[in-house]
Amino acid sequence: MNQIIQLSATELAAKLRAGEITSVAAVQAHLDRIAEVDGGERGIHAFLHVNTEEALAVAAEVDAIRAAGGTDAQALHPFAGVPIAIKDLIVTKGQPTTAASKMLEGWMSPYDATVIEKIRAAKLPMLGKTNLDEFAMGSSTEHSAYGPTRNPWDLDRIPGGSGGGSAAAVAAFEAPLALGTDTGGSIRQPGAVTGTVGVKPTYGGVSRYGAIAMASSLDQIGPVTRTVLDSAYLHELIGGHDAADSTSLNEPVPALIAAAEQGASGDMTGVRVGVIKELQGEGYEAGVQERFDESLEALRAAGAEIVEVSCPNFKYALGAYYLIMPSEVSSNLAKFDGVRFGTRVLPAEGPLTIERVMGATRAAGFGDEVKRRIILGTYALSAGYYDAYYGSAQKVRTLIQRDFDAAFEQADVLISPTSPTVAFELGSKTDDPLAMYLNDVATIPANMAGIPGITVPGGLSEGLPVGIQFLAPAREDARLYRAGAALEKLLEDKWGGRLLDQAPELSAATTGGVA
Amino acid sequence: MSAISREDVAHLAQLAHIEMSDAELDKMTGELGVIVESIASVSEAASADVPATTHPIALSNVFREDVVGPTLTAEEALMNAPDSVDTRFKVPAILDGE
Repeated sequence: MNQIIQLSATELAAKLRAGEITSVAAVQAHLDRIAEVDGGERGIHAFLHVNTEEALAVAAEVDAIRAAGGTDAQALHPFAGVPIAIKDLIVTKGQPTTAASKMLEGWMSPYDATVIEKIRAAKLPMLGKTNLDEFAMGSSTEHSAYGPTRNPWDLDRIPGGSGGGSAAAVAAFEAPLALGTDTGGSIRQPGAVTGTVGVKPTYGGVSRYGAIAMASSLDQIGPVTRTVLDSAYLHELIGGHDAADSTSLNEPVPALIAAAEQGASGDMTGVRVGVIKELQGEGYEAGVQERFDESLEALRAAGAEIVEVSCPNFKYALGAYYLIMPSEVSSNLAKFDGVRFGTRVLPAEGPLTIERVMGATRAAGFGDEVKRRIILGTYALSAGYYDAYYGSAQKVRTLIQRDFDAAFEQADVLISPTSPTVAFELGSKTDDPLAMYLNDVATIPANMAGIPGITVPGGLSEGLPVGIQFLAPAREDARLYRAGAALEKLLEDKWGGRLLDQAPELSAATTGGVA
Repeated sequence: MSAISREDVAHLAQLAHIEMSDAELDKMTGELGVIVESIASVSEAASADVPATTHPIALSNVFREDVVGPTLTAEEALMNAPDSVDTRFKVPAILDGE
């Protein structure tokens, strides 16, 4: 494997600044890797679109500015020239945005998302758009209309979802950085099952303007990386107030890089870590529980005070989520009607009215999971059921917030396994929606309460990655970076290197790609 | 809460503007039945005195100055339209037979 692609984003950025590597070489190395492992018969299929020309052009521009020196070079963002992959739910000018749906096949956004404007301003070359479950609805990336993504640890297993493409891309060294979105765990659960790092920021901490909305009271954009420090850099880059998003917090971005650097010492003295009683035990695989217990021991040995906290209302979180999220989905996806943009399908027979065109368009343009959620949401919001369903779910949200408030009186951060299981086999849960929904049982409470969460690699069970999740109070994202970086350091010391060093070697030969 | 019937699903699909075949309606009815049953406990959890949370971090009075900012041109707005004429979206008949 080319050494450039093995560098963390922070390491690569330092080499770019020092002039040891050019950005063009760095981008080309990742494009070569994508050609090698992504597109073949058994390729990872993390990318739906590869943005070769523009990525190389931006890289060449950064190289020219650096070579010329002076104030322009000094004004470059520290990560200028470091390539990044973008979840295909986030709109980009000049590249297609599909949301992994037939509904948006061939659609070109006339505008950039705010996070994309920030990435352009910082001159990070965009490698392309990554695969996801259609409109971010799923936990395995199998609901993509363009075929599933494979887990780099085992090509017959799922990479998690909905952001399986972004997580697999960084795990397979196809990109050092990626953007994800997290509505119920779509950054953190793929991070857990691919052995990578993912962060769901505080609700409102990163602008969602230009992220195709799934459930607006839950959606959040965040970083997908291989190290905690890389996530901190990316989070600071994309974070901050945006007047174009009315839910954006009008507050400065917390000092996340400093927190990650502090955590990297591995010292957890005085940090109270709360173990959530309800997010372990039944339903959690024994191997996941073992890695989780080891992480607790490592934190304790590093000076953390481990306390147990109880969040009794979490047992209602999954149910409430599957009322609130589909309700918002049914409203947000009403705009895909074949009138102003996207696919239009004409009915096969009968009169040609706009209503029948909408019915035929949405029948052909949406996949099964999207239809399920729209119908469920329409049901939950319909007269006679609204109070019992949507109204009750909103009350449960309050109860979950109260549980967190009480827990954070006893602990600075909370901890749990990120996902109850390791990556499962492709196809094993596609016929059982309820079993699929249970993958997010540990990640959903954070979205319901708007608080931030991080997943960091916690080791292997049966040769597959296990994720450890930290949660912090709203606006206290820095605590995640402190604790996450500390655990990363403690475990890597124990393993003698990164978890991804233990991943099987991918090559053109194993994936059917271009050598 | 009552079980979800095939007629319910057919009606909901019509409201949501999603055409469904008989086979799809059968499958969807079965799947939704299981899902609705599993989330029914939510209504037991919350008593009347618990206030509802609509947004996790409530902000109020999010205003901006009343000035015209950049907007899409007609050309940009129409560039992805399935059909258009001049500067407008073109759609089939709104009403049947008229």
